[in-house]
Amino acid sequence: MHNKLQVAEALKPKYSDSSSALKDPAAIIELRNVRYSSQAKLLLKNIDLKISRGGITAVMGYNGAGKSLLIKILHGILQADTGDVLWDGELANSSQKQSEAQKQAMVFQKPTLLRRSVKANLMFSLNKQTKLSAIEKCVALLDLVRLAHLADNPARRLSGGEQQRLALARALASKPDVLFLDEATASLDPASASVIEDIVIKQKQQGVKIIMVTHDVAQAERLADDVILLHRGEVVEQALASCFFNNPKTQVAKAYLSGQLWND
Amino acid sequence: MQDSILSRTLWLLKSADSGLWEVVGLSLRVSGTAVLISCAFGFILGGVLATTRFRGRSAIHIFLNASMSMPPVVVGLIVYMLLSRSGPLGWLGLLYTPTAMIIAQTLLITPLIAALSRQIIEDLFNEYAEQFASMRLSFFKKIRATLWDARFSLLTVALAGLGRSLSEVGAVIIVGGNIEHLTRVMTTAIALETSKGDLPMALALGAILLTIALLINTLLSMLNLSARRFAYA
Repeated sequence: MHNKLQVAEALKPKYSDSSSALKDPAAIIELRNVRYSSQAKLLLKNIDLKISRGGITAVMGYNGAGKSLLIKILHGILQADTGDVLWDGELANSSQKQSEAQKQAMVFQKPTLLRRSVKANLMFSLNKQTKLSAIEKCVALLDLVRLAHLADNPARRLSGGEQQRLALARALASKPDVLFLDEATASLDPASASVIEDIVIKQKQQGVKIIMVTHDVAQAERLADDVILLHRGEVVEQALASCFFNNPKTQVAKAYLSGQLWND
Repeated sequence: MQDSILSRTLWLLKSADSGLWEVVGLSLRVSGTAVLISCAFGFILGGVLATTRFRGRSAIHIFLNASMSMPPVVVGLIVYMLLSRSGPLGWLGLLYTPTAMIIAQTLLITPLIAALSRQIIEDLFNEYAEQFASMRLSFFKKIRATLWDARFSLLTVALAGLGRSLSEVGAVIIVGGNIEHLTRVMTTAIALETSKGDLPMALALGAILLTIALLINTLLSMLNLSARRFAYA
């Protein structure tokens, strides 16, 4: 936690991509003193956090650290007990306000697909558009996630990797400014994970902010621009990815990166 | 003797005895109407219970679950008391009419349809909850999507209700009176013909009732198969 302020400056976007470079360098999301508890157990403890605009932020930590809770609060589908969530500097404690602030979407570790065909699942997310436009976008998204050949199949009969790709396509259907990924490639085979990673990189290049929870250190090294390390409901380290992986500051980070269990 | 009963049963079925088909037609009309009305009330009640939280919700739950096993004769008795001349709705003059039978069957199967549909809608609604929250859907859109995706299961519930109403005898005999050409349905006719000793007629009606039950079950299996093939998985 001690080096959060140190890295605040360093967290400004570092892309050579011109569209990203023009973006406002201020934090897109800020958490102030956010606490969350469940069944009398404090699961997130006074989280103060600034997440930079653009790029990929990886949220890492041991099991039970509160990573999924954190991104659900950031996404607005879970309400913190106390504290403030700010989007673009504006208070946005409800999901409605967050939606007004930014278009956002989330891909969950276990995707929940509707009891419909692959195509119908996507069309459901595109229902605000005209039918012709929705069909065109549906086709384009299915091509993007390489599921065009399965368009008429029942979505729930797809393999795990295919379901996750469909969930990603569905999330992208809303053209989000911010995309949350909660261990979206966990338990996928390398090929499926690679397809998702490629799409994530493309989205980043198009200026979409990605906030992803991952346990995969190699994946975080490949993708992340900055890293937030959570430990027992607290942010113990936030740094640029290169700094975090090459020179972790905290003992927890060192233990986590070297694959050791943390024992107090 | 058994041979003669069987041959007369087959003859009754083959000869399309008008009395027999009148009874079958009324059974289907009464039970079909009762199921349609019960689905209208039951799906709405089940949907409200599944998707909203309010004071007294648990009590309604318990009441519905208890009502599922309510004996038809008790329902028949309640409707009889309501519709009899001295009852609060006696002025309607509905006792011993098909309408009274529809009312009794509606009261009998609405709790069944409401309780089963609540379970189905609630399970699916909870399953979709996080995804729908993420998609920022309105309550109306959430309900619409859930009901659409639960359509095969809800049809199964409707068919289960139809099966229960067709096979029910206690309530319809009390409020319908088993009057020939007016309120005689398959189950009450079977009871009457058996007591009269006209076993071929009772057996012919029984065969038709069994065939309808078989058709309903076949339809249920086909629905489940379609659901799995097209959407469910």
